[in-house]
Amino acid sequence: MLNAKIPAGPLNTKWEDYKGHCKLVNPANKRNLEIIVVGTGLAGASAAASLGELGYKVKAFCFQDSPRRAHSIAAQGGINAAKNYQNDGDSVYRLFYDTVKGGDYRAREANVHRLAEVSGNIIDQCVAQGVPFAREYGGLLSNRSFGGTQVQRTFYAAGQTGQQLLLGAYSALERQVALGNVTMYSRHEMLDIVKIDGKARGIIARNLITGQLERHFGHAVLICSGGYGNVFFLSTNAMGSNATAAWKATQNGAYFANPCFTQIHPTCIPVSGDHQSKLTLMSESLRNDGRIWVPKKQNDTRKASDIPEEERDYYLERRYPAFGNLVPRDVASRAAKERCDAGYGVGTSKQAVFLDFAAAIERYGNIEANKRQMHGVSKEEIIKLGKEVVAEKYGNLFDMYAKITGENPYETPMRIYPAVHYTMGGLWVDYELQTTVPGLYSLGEANFSDHGANRLGASALMQGLADGYFVIPYTIGNYLADEIRTKAIPTDHPAFAAAESKVRDTLTKLMSIKGSKSVDHFHKKLGKIMWDKCGMARNEQGLKEAIQEIQALRAEFWKDVRIPGDINEFNPELEKAGRVADFLELGELMCMDALNRRESCGGHFREESQTEDGEAQRDDANFSYVAAWEYKGPSDYVLHKEDLVFEEVKPTQRSYK
Amino acid sequence: MEHYNMNLTLKVWRQKNKNDQGRFETLQAKDISSEMSFLEMFDVVNEELINEGKDPIAFDHDCREGICGMCSMHINGRAHGPWDGTTTCQLHMRAFKNGDTITVEPWRAGAFPVIKDLTVDRSAFDRIIEAGGYVSVNTGNAQDANCIPVDKHKADLAFAAAACIGCGACVAACKNSSAMLFVSAKVSQLALLPQGDPERKTRALNMVAQMDKEGFGSCTNTGACEAECPKEISLTNIARLNREFISAGMTTEK
Repeated sequence: MLNAKIPAGPLNTKWEDYKGHCKLVNPANKRNLEIIVVGTGLAGASAAASLGELGYKVKAFCFQDSPRRAHSIAAQGGINAAKNYQNDGDSVYRLFYDTVKGGDYRAREANVHRLAEVSGNIIDQCVAQGVPFAREYGGLLSNRSFGGTQVQRTFYAAGQTGQQLLLGAYSALERQVALGNVTMYSRHEMLDIVKIDGKARGIIARNLITGQLERHFGHAVLICSGGYGNVFFLSTNAMGSNATAAWKATQNGAYFANPCFTQIHPTCIPVSGDHQSKLTLMSESLRNDGRIWVPKKQNDTRKASDIPEEERDYYLERRYPAFGNLVPRDVASRAAKERCDAGYGVGTSKQAVFLDFAAAIERYGNIEANKRQMHGVSKEEIIKLGKEVVAEKYGNLFDMYAKITGENPYETPMRIYPAVHYTMGGLWVDYELQTTVPGLYSLGEANFSDHGANRLGASALMQGLADGYFVIPYTIGNYLADEIRTKAIPTDHPAFAAAESKVRDTLTKLMSIKGSKSVDHFHKKLGKIMWDKCGMARNEQGLKEAIQEIQALRAEFWKDVRIPGDINEFNPELEKAGRVADFLELGELMCMDALNRRESCGGHFREESQTEDGEAQRDDANFSYVAAWEYKGPSDYVLHKEDLVFEEVKPTQRSYK
Repeated sequence: MEHYNMNLTLKVWRQKNKNDQGRFETLQAKDISSEMSFLEMFDVVNEELINEGKDPIAFDHDCREGICGMCSMHINGRAHGPWDGTTTCQLHMRAFKNGDTITVEPWRAGAFPVIKDLTVDRSAFDRIIEAGGYVSVNTGNAQDANCIPVDKHKADLAFAAAACIGCGACVAACKNSSAMLFVSAKVSQLALLPQGDPERKTRALNMVAQMDKEGFGSCTNTGACEAECPKEISLTNIARLNREFISAGMTTEK
């Protein structure tokens, strides 16, 4: 049984109590302690900056050409915080409760409560950095709603909240680089963890420009490398988003938790053809104002504008009157799939539903006319005013939609369909964010800790920054306080040499295959298996087939992949090959985990386990645990369990009706 | 939207590494769908090159939704290609027609050396930010967020400046390879907000000094940067930077 090291005492004093009693490291000793941070998204950049400010010697790594480009940059809608600025009944407890419930009771209470507690500090910190959040005319911060909640607690910067938060963290990071507290290694990829006497003591990284392998020592290593949604090939992740750092940690003894918990986001631009390289999200914030519908008639080929109001089925409003279009993502995605599978889908592929802003445009137009004391205005004038308001709120998203599809969403409803977006699973960590390997930590999307089986909108940014700004600076001290006598270990230590030669062997092996198929060929095949059999709905037979198919595909990859170029040069195909090799192992584990979890919860929907009206049916008696998998070799894993204890929230059948 | 397929001729800059002299290579792109993005067209061409046992074209890209700033192609003489306010990854093939010849080059600027083919080194931008593109506030120092009210108009202007994605198109578009639009966007964002006020003078002076040190050229107000910026960062930011810089130069006590 895994020990999460959750502090004793009542839920709402655990973190306060922990902070009061954890070990500290004095400033002089901090200067001698080195920390490696892998990944510079919200979690990594905020951690590297904060630890640098504290005086630790930090080395940060990213594969992009600049830390500012990590995929947190693409987060659109917002960040939650229990500020209760709107006076609408929000509190730390409510945010905690919504998050645990939204996660379908598969998250750890103590972590989620801590997340809610520090959420307000995050907004304070970001504003102090100069992050330009949206404001009201009085000069104070503006809020909006996101799915799975009934209060307005989401802070935002148009549809570019992730960008603005990341640039805030990036600027804090660059400030520490200038001060010499952080050394930045861009265009570097971590390819292995170095362990000495059971503790994480460094990494092997590849300089992506020269291809040279480098050894880097650290008293502790932080994996902040994001999620693994690209296992599916098509996802809203960036092309370079990968699981390699997390997977190397897994191969080195860190357990991987709840790999089957993936989030399929309901509102993405549908696939347009085989050439598709990625999918684009249309922010959940659009569901504040957009209404989702399909025709009431099957296989209706009429244009949206030709379908009269009474022949439209606003199925979310019909099925979930209490939350309507703002049900959580897993619920909205399954509902869209259900309608499309039943033959009500729209567009050429029939794999899409409408997201319609006509009602919102008219409503905002009327409000605007009232505000300006305009009377007897024509419908056209109202619509024009309404479009201006909608453009201010969502302009960049509408523009993006128009560029990709060639259609004007102000005139005709968007066509949307669910797509892989986020992964709740990740490296297992305890309360201190430490993995099962001492000295090896994991932050942000790369860990599993806070979102259970389904993440609520605007909570990923919150978690990444909570972990980096406000959790790790405390918890890492508790470990490093016992490391002050450990001198920096020279990188000619045999453990570094062994790790480097292992990495070199793998790269050489990949290059020497000289097969006939490109890396993308295998990646697309893997993605199709995963989407068909481990996607929005899963069943025993499909998962068993998927496991066999992935094993066969992996064997074929190692026999037949073709990688052009050389090892010792800039070689993007070689980078991709290493990542896909890891996806081919992780994808199998996702299916194994999904097979093991014979219940439905959140984003994990087992067809065998549903209520009469098609909702996810949990099995708390048998599955109220975190599944943490220990790597023994490809296809060989041992399952460890962490029982989930709910002291504060009573798990019930989630209802958004 | 009508879809169509097309055959294209590509003239692409190939350069093995920074020491190689580089040259244009002519390639054919066949059966390209108008629904593809420009980079998806490159994916198709690269897949073909790999299948033929040739070296694929190296190009930077990541988010493919126009926000990370990684993609950086100079297409038919325009940074990020023919569409206004659009990154290369968001440019779609319906911008072209059957039989077109498309010339693709990397960003051309002394401060952005070529790494390989269409990939350049933009680390100079990071070093400019290091020189002062931040508010010096350690984690934990902050007061309650609503203790700092900000005039909405100014907040909106700051946001518009902060939308810069650091792609470098402004430099690539400028005949002088000036980085003034990039630098002015960050200086403006922080000069417009009360949080940025204490370091306002040193920020403008130090960031400009670093920009010069990196070898970017001077601004001669031609406005090419604004015209090509995928985020439509306004030229007025450069005017603001000039005001900030001059007033800092005249009034600073250091």
